[in-house]
Amino acid sequence: MGRFLSFALAGLLFGAGVTVSGMVNPMKVLNFLDFLGTWDPTLITVMGGGLVVTFIGYRIILRRARPLFAGSFQLPGTRIIDAKLVGGAVIFGLGWGLSGFCPAPAMASLVFGNIQSLIFVAAMAAGTLAMRAILHRPPSQKELAEVEG
Amino acid sequence: MTEFTPLTGFAGGILIGLAALVLMAGNGRILGASGIFGGLLTLSFEDEFLWRVVVVVGILAGAAGSAWLGWFDPATIAYGGSTATLIAGGLLVGAGTALGSGCTSGHGICGLARVSPRSIVATGVFMAVAIVTVFAVRHLGGA
Repeated sequence: MGRFLSFALAGLLFGAGVTVSGMVNPMKVLNFLDFLGTWDPTLITVMGGGLVVTFIGYRIILRRARPLFAGSFQLPGTRIIDAKLVGGAVIFGLGWGLSGFCPAPAMASLVFGNIQSLIFVAAMAAGTLAMRAILHRPPSQKELAEVEG
Repeated sequence: MTEFTPLTGFAGGILIGLAALVLMAGNGRILGASGIFGGLLTLSFEDEFLWRVVVVVGILAGAAGSAWLGWFDPATIAYGGSTATLIAGGLLVGAGTALGSGCTSGHGICGLARVSPRSIVATGVFMAVAIVTVFAVRHLGGA
């Protein structure tokens, strides 16, 4: 029970955060990205607030042996900067710059009932599934030969 | 035009940070919206699916509650482009986060807080590409 309450609380805080900060409004994000036009620096203050809390808080929490409701901390193990990471960031940046939406605000904005948010989230699901299909597709003989070569 | 709102921006950022701390302290996980969203796209409705549903229901409730309390006016929401732009944007955001293993929350806040080299690179790249994209669309007479 405590476990599910903690998930619910994390979601509540997350949804409130992206909403209170105005990040659920794509125009605000687009204006942040538009240094040479109608610049709105708000996103910097959002990241600043989030980073101050997590930078300090993670250091305190990660000193514990384990989380309250799970066996261990599950931190991303890989440290390799590869083409997938950079390529993914390029593709994401392109979509973010076109729409002004990243995943959390897009999901949160669904409650305001605009059809545009629903269209975006449906497309995001399609994009996620398409990429997953590409990544999990078995490699061709040619690619296997290249890897071995 | 949107107004620079540093106080509500910072307050919202603190709430997002607290959300990340609750998830880490409770369940040992990084708060990444794209990973949580991607985990819903499955036909295996077990624990890994269920906890993500709880988080997303929380996100929706948090957004609705904030508006209900008067902390945000949904009428201010404005979308940047046409339906085609939104579809293209959604496809790219979904594909890019699935390939690059993260978005603004997972890399941009949690990863930077952990000083993860992968997240520093990813955040720098997606910020730069998004800035160039907006410049191209708004100032070079693109789509």
